[in-house]
Amino acid sequence: MNMIISSIPTILMIVAPILITAIGGMICERSGVVNIALEGLMGIGACAAASTHYLMEAAGCGRYSIAVALLVGMLVSGLFSLIHAVASINFNADQTISGTGINLLADGVTIFASQILFHADRTKEFKVGMVVDKLGLYPTAYIALVVVLVAWYVLYKTPFGLHLRACGEHPAAAESVGINVRRIRYIGVGVSGILSGLAGGCIVLTQTIQYTSNTINGRGFIAIAAVAFGRWTPLGVTGAAFLFGAAQAFSVIATNFPALKVIPAEWFNMLPYAITLIALIVFSGKDYAPQASGKPYSGGAS
Amino acid sequence: MKRKLERRKSFIDWFINSNGATSVAVVFLGFLFGTILVAVVGKNPFNMFKAIFVSMVGQANNKGIWNFRYVGETLAYSIPYVLTGLTMAFACRVGLFNIGGEGQYVIGMTIAQMVALLVPAFPGLWVLCLVLAVIGGAIWGGIVGILKAKFQVSEVVATIMLNYVALYGSRLVSLQLPGATTYKTAALPSQAFLSKMIIPTSNLNISFIIMIGACLLYWFIMEKTKLGFGFRATGLNKDAARCSGINVVKNISLAMAISGAFSGLAGACVLLGGAFTSGRILAAQDNYGFMGIAVALVGNNTALGTFIAGILFGILKESQSLMQNMDIPKEITFIIQGLIVVFIALRSGLELVKQLREKQKVRKEVLAK
Repeated sequence: MNMIISSIPTILMIVAPILITAIGGMICERSGVVNIALEGLMGIGACAAASTHYLMEAAGCGRYSIAVALLVGMLVSGLFSLIHAVASINFNADQTISGTGINLLADGVTIFASQILFHADRTKEFKVGMVVDKLGLYPTAYIALVVVLVAWYVLYKTPFGLHLRACGEHPAAAESVGINVRRIRYIGVGVSGILSGLAGGCIVLTQTIQYTSNTINGRGFIAIAAVAFGRWTPLGVTGAAFLFGAAQAFSVIATNFPALKVIPAEWFNMLPYAITLIALIVFSGKDYAPQASGKPYSGGAS
Repeated sequence: MKRKLERRKSFIDWFINSNGATSVAVVFLGFLFGTILVAVVGKNPFNMFKAIFVSMVGQANNKGIWNFRYVGETLAYSIPYVLTGLTMAFACRVGLFNIGGEGQYVIGMTIAQMVALLVPAFPGLWVLCLVLAVIGGAIWGGIVGILKAKFQVSEVVATIMLNYVALYGSRLVSLQLPGATTYKTAALPSQAFLSKMIIPTSNLNISFIIMIGACLLYWFIMEKTKLGFGFRATGLNKDAARCSGINVVKNISLAMAISGAFSGLAGACVLLGGAFTSGRILAAQDNYGFMGIAVALVGNNTALGTFIAGILFGILKESQSLMQNMDIPKEITFIIQGLIVVFIALRSGLELVKQLREKQKVRKEVLAK
């Protein structure tokens, strides 16, 4: 029992970034745009945050550098998500293609930037990342909580949230009552970019000391799985992120539990993807996904 | 003057309607932006093109003897790119988006190394490795096809999930193989390797010929058989195909299986192609599957186009180490490839231009009357 309690901070540390990204992905899909670039956007945010934090720490202004690093990560990956927005909203592009493009681009851009800034295929190690509070929790757990609550409130309790959901279900109907579908979808994609960047920064500042090409390692795709498994609702996505994050955490901390030690870590790593696949089969036929998600909307003329 | 204007107009029409021309333009734009980026960060773009040139035609050594090793490596690298490209292209023609090339590739590679290590060595072992890898890739792709056709599970999400199931499954299995450490297994028997050809100093091997055979097979199935007609009809309009008596469920499952088979082959070809001496325990994905998406998109899902695009990506891969030696970060090639895919996504904007021009034309005709 003690060991379970003592592993809660680790689980929360791993759950938080997945949850933040998944909420962003959910908002994006609810507005009608599928974003499979979450993985790449997380990488860009993580690289930007790690670089900023290292440079500020080296310059001696470490006090505010964590917050500034997170903001820079959000900004940079928010800007990159605009590529996806322009492609899928203005140019009616296939959203899977443009997402794949950003994922490939992110692999290049992050390490290229490290090569230019630090002359290595990774960013330089910073000394101190985020620090834990009295309960042993990283601030990322609270950030994730705030993100979930705000997302739920905005989506279900404000007119804007209603508009956003309408754009994902039936954009033509939304436009007919005066909602600017393009603007709302831009916001949806932008929010997913900003939150992915935030999550990337959270990963790099809590779980490692530098950005490498392996830092994200599929977490963006776990977030996509969490969105589908959580059936596109804040509560469901939160539950899914906890389940998947805990599975990831167990692959790290299983060595502390005699009973779990015998199970290879790969089983825990595989779990989120396998569960999502099975869930998609079991729930097949019932449409939980936003109706218009992934379909370009070319405006009232058609 | 008027004539000149008309000629320019017809050029624009030709350009918008030609997939090949827009592909070339997209690749050109990717390189242009890459070059600008290299120049902006203060490196010499000339070195980048020198590296690309060397990997295309080779280099003379200091005794003046031409060394074709780079060309051989380029062609060897292009083998998996073309094959994973065929995976994506095949699915695309049937109206599916197979981004599971990565998983099918991993399955092929894993089966190849299992066969190589567990089956007693005999001459021609490599044939068995390749055949079973192809079957493995086909099954891994076929699962997605069945899920899509029977349960309406989005093939995009399903393939993403199966990519990672394959990666960790491969680790689970490979760690049990003889001599497994944290990153490799025991050495593979010599009979399992593909024999080298033409340029013995490089890793160019007979799978290059197999790859060309795969391209021809792709072209033949797609363009010349009844099966291929059914595939293309399913891709163009599923409902119309169903109404004309084409078994759409069977077609989708079969198409995903054939599509996956190409990537399964790619996995075996990379493992047995000479770059590795022992089985691999993958720590992360090799990204060949994702690059295959780009290859197919650049090649407009045709056999010839995919082949040419695959060679282009092979050139970029081979030029990476040369670039790094000339103080150009090798990741610029990833950036160029990523930009190419982004520009391809933006290519759909041309449809909007097309519509606009149609509208203008109609307006003019109406006004003329």
